Amino acid sequence: MSRQKKENIAGILFSLPAIIGFLAFSLGPMVVSLIMSFTNYSISHATDFIGLGNYAELFSGQDTFFWNSVKVTLLFSAMNVPVCIFTAFLVALMLNSKKLRGRTFLRAAFYIPTILPIVATAMIFMWIMSPDFGLLNAILEVFHMPTSDWIYGNAALPSLLLMTAWTSGNIMVVFLAGLQGVPQELYESIEVDGGGAWAKFWYCTFPHMTPTIFFNTVMFVISSMQAFLPAYIMTQGGPNNKTNFIVYYLYRVAFEFQNIGKASSLGWVLFAMILIVVGALFWSSKYWVFYSDEA
Amino acid sequence: MRQKKKQRKRWIRTFLCFGLAVVWLLPFYWMVRSSLMGMSQIFEYPPVIFPDPVQWENFPEALTRLPFLTYFKNTLIIVVLCVGGILISCSVSAYGLSRVQWKGRDKVFYLLMTSIMLPYFATIIPSFVMWTKMGLTNTFVPLVLPSWFGVGTVSVFGGGMFNIFLLRQFFRTIPKELDEAARIDGAGHFTIFTQIILPLSKPALICVGLFTFLNTWNDFINPLIYLSDQEKYTIQIGLRTFIGVFSSQWHLLMAAAVFAIIPVLIVFLIGQKYFVEGIATTGLKG
Repeated sequence: MSRQKKENIAGILFSLPAIIGFLAFSLGPMVVSLIMSFTNYSISHATDFIGLGNYAELFSGQDTFFWNSVKVTLLFSAMNVPVCIFTAFLVALMLNSKKLRGRTFLRAAFYIPTILPIVATAMIFMWIMSPDFGLLNAILEVFHMPTSDWIYGNAALPSLLLMTAWTSGNIMVVFLAGLQGVPQELYESIEVDGGGAWAKFWYCTFPHMTPTIFFNTVMFVISSMQAFLPAYIMTQGGPNNKTNFIVYYLYRVAFEFQNIGKASSLGWVLFAMILIVVGALFWSSKYWVFYSDEA
Repeated sequence: MRQKKKQRKRWIRTFLCFGLAVVWLLPFYWMVRSSLMGMSQIFEYPPVIFPDPVQWENFPEALTRLPFLTYFKNTLIIVVLCVGGILISCSVSAYGLSRVQWKGRDKVFYLLMTSIMLPYFATIIPSFVMWTKMGLTNTFVPLVLPSWFGVGTVSVFGGGMFNIFLLRQFFRTIPKELDEAARIDGAGHFTIFTQIILPLSKPALICVGLFTFLNTWNDFINPLIYLSDQEKYTIQIGLRTFIGVFSSQWHLLMAAAVFAIIPVLIVFLIGQKYFVEGIATTGLKG
């Protein structure tokens, strides 16, 4: 056997775990779920192909929850992405100084909420947002400001942003790493030209950070549109379906109503939505993302 | 004069940072504080800031109302099996995808990378149906077996293909001459992998191990879907049940939350630098 042939066999053998895993736990289920979305598959009765029936039911408005869940998901992502990216960027800018005292401690303090189990985080926020005994309303009262019902009332969706912003440490770390790559000479030349902190930020930091902002935005849009746990643990999609995210609705359709075919079609609708939004982001990137090697 | 102004600026910045950090850690403090209070004190209004007296009994009480020790044991079994599975399967695969010259290698790698884009909620339903047909729901198999094929718990950072990506990225930085020297001595791929590549890749392996530990420890969706017997629950599912059963007994709920957080905190503090570096590499090069 030639040496190249041996290498080919060895390479495939070594890569085999990942290849099997990909086929059995990623690609396979994806294909199956696409097929299922054209059926009325359910654990309880025989399966029939119903063509685009599930999709028709969703889009025609026959399913009264669907359009609302689309609206809620898009609204949440439209708020969540800017709020978290902005918060994380601000924190990263503040922490990005070698001379800052207690830098390691500060970095850990801002990062730790990200690694906590989501159930524990949700419990903490359910407690501090309690309308009658919660910390947040107590603080608001000290400053004579109107209190809120937070996640338990009409403001449920924006209230969740407090929790998601608190756990945006991963984005912050990526920003911190990106800030290391901003060329220091540029700051000095701006200083020589008499520019202040704002000029430094606007003409140097921000343009150099646009690729990192773009990366974080894409990653975070994808995960925001798949929001599930806050609805499942904290609000049960309520009140009044105000937090009935598509994935939460999908979960209920699949595991409470046992309608697996329809849940699969919901999954594919969301997948298409994510692809459209991410595609739009990539299209827009040529207008606002600057790669220094192209300039 | 200018020096003085600069120094003042630095102090303002430090002050701002620490001020924000205090606000940031407030929810955290509130959890610990509430977990050490009695039922009546926790509902006092305006809220009491320091628990007085400190009520340690909340912890044994919260942890015995539900079989948390069983949950702890279950979680630990799953975590250990997953971390082992991911470390072995991902490092082996990453070796095949980076250090062996075979036809179509890079095409296969990019194909595998597309799994990052596949949404977990679309794959989770057919997987559930598959495990049900095999009669393996309500066992740890659906939670553990995928990790032995490089598929980790879904998460934006550190899950799924990210592990293979990170390890491959790291393996590629190891000089090729080391392999060639070993090959002249008659070593095969297996020897090169175990004797040269793995020992040199400790930081990357630690990083992958830590991420897998956290993702599996914190995983909620998979245990929620696959485990139905109380005795098989993980800590996260136990906590969720706890919310339902003891709603409004916030001192006990917070004690349980503290209990679930402690292992995560310990692991984080031990491996802090690996986390930050790991995210930075996957983030920037991804």
